[in-house]
Amino acid sequence: MNETSTSALPDATLAANARPILAFRDVSIDFGGRPVLEEISFSVAPGETRILLGPAGVGKSVLLKLANGLLRPTQGNVCLFGQEISHMTEERLFALRTRTGMVFQEGALFDSLSVRDNVGYQLVQEQVPDDEIDRRVREELRFVELEETFDLFPGSLSGGMKRRVAIARALIHQPELLLYDSPTGGLDPVTSTTIIELIVKQRDVFRTPSLLVTHRLQDAFMLSTHRFDPALGRMVPLPKGETDPKTTYLMLEDGRLIFDGSLHELLHSQNAFVREFLR
Amino acid sequence: MMATNTLDRTAKRLVLTVQDYSLFAYRALMDLFRPPVYWTDFLIQADIIGFGSLSIVVLTALSTGGVLALQSAATLSAFGAAAITGRFVSLTMIRELGPVLTGIMVSGRNASSMASELGSMVVTEQIDAMRALGVDPVRKLATPRIYATIFSLFFLTIVADACSILGGGLVTIFMNHQNGTQYFSMAWEHLRYPDILQGLVKPLFYGFILSSIGCFYGMRTTGGTEGVGRSTIQAVVTSSVLILFVDFFLTQVILVLFR
Repeated sequence: MNETSTSALPDATLAANARPILAFRDVSIDFGGRPVLEEISFSVAPGETRILLGPAGVGKSVLLKLANGLLRPTQGNVCLFGQEISHMTEERLFALRTRTGMVFQEGALFDSLSVRDNVGYQLVQEQVPDDEIDRRVREELRFVELEETFDLFPGSLSGGMKRRVAIARALIHQPELLLYDSPTGGLDPVTSTTIIELIVKQRDVFRTPSLLVTHRLQDAFMLSTHRFDPALGRMVPLPKGETDPKTTYLMLEDGRLIFDGSLHELLHSQNAFVREFLR
Repeated sequence: MMATNTLDRTAKRLVLTVQDYSLFAYRALMDLFRPPVYWTDFLIQADIIGFGSLSIVVLTALSTGGVLALQSAATLSAFGAAAITGRFVSLTMIRELGPVLTGIMVSGRNASSMASELGSMVVTEQIDAMRALGVDPVRKLATPRIYATIFSLFFLTIVADACSILGGGLVTIFMNHQNGTQYFSMAWEHLRYPDILQGLVKPLFYGFILSSIGCFYGMRTTGGTEGVGRSTIQAVVTSSVLILFVDFFLTQVILVLFR
């Protein structure tokens, strides 16, 4: 599978696509008459990691917000966990969204709450006992290697730490779909690698399907070319020439989906925009 | 032609804003009657809005009562009626100025803080994060603030009424050198239940107006930090003007009801 056919899906996806976790069908959205996304079609299968590439301002974050109903499409359908959410009431959407985890561009931590209350926010709302919240928050903070920040407030954390806390918050409810909005945007290369390592760890340990938005090719490729080694407790490169088969790519240009396929297909694409973007 | 188009666009935008506000206010009010209800947030907000506004309300009421006593005594003495200063101050404050001034002072302090707080949450995507976590931001943020303001403003108005009569009394005794007992007995004896009732009904409306407007403008903030500033100004201006506007109609209705 290659570029341009917005409704076609990669072979790997088609095979696993009997019941996609998330499916966009001819989705368009405009703001005040200005089209932002046009006729977008793709899906995320169970266990699949899809990386959405594209330059800044092309509508990547808008697409992510359409995925869990934070925005409504002007036309087309978005199916989340098999349910059509484009016209679902906000009340019903709240319940559905608790099954997803979302990491926002700047973390979007609640600045008046401590890290404990941020990470355990959903559990607090569900009136889970305090001891249980503490235990699960510590568990998630250990996963992102930030256990020492338990009592701190977001204002005292660095940009990278905020993203890691945001990942912990997204994971605490054991989501069935993860949405990452530029998780490494604005971070230095070392911190970016730490975040990508966490995402790879999450992918390989829990196999949660995810949709990740980024414009950083290095991060995107690292997700395909690396795996998490539980024995070493860190991310290691896959043997030369091997890539993660469940990690595939999408690319947006001017609000349209121009590529949907594997890393190999992306690297050998003949589309002028894709080639320009990869250069 | 261009002027007509601009007028048309402005009118449509205004109608749309009123519609959005009505839906928002209705949802926020009704959320109290459907679980989950965030009572802890209600108590926190009642403390911030009610107790936090106490000092400005007391100071405003004391000085307004004092000024009223000063001005009215000067005018009334020209007709040999300086003795009814107490009656004038208490009726004016309890029926009209107490609720309106308290509403406007609380609006300046709290509608602005609600708009800027919620506006900052919008531009930093905290509201979207809340929605993504399955929590209704209207229910969690707006409903407790609206009910806490209505509840607090009711009691703040009573405090304001009492303080303004006290302020008037102090001016009457120490500056106008009139009889204090006469002032307080005039202030008390001529009060009727309808006077008190209309003074206590008004803050319920003003509390709702200032808090719902503050939350509404905060929640629909766009345009980064500049947008937060814009929302804050709009919230204070709109709520203050609406309080004065609604006061006129409310007074008309109450006067007809208790004629």
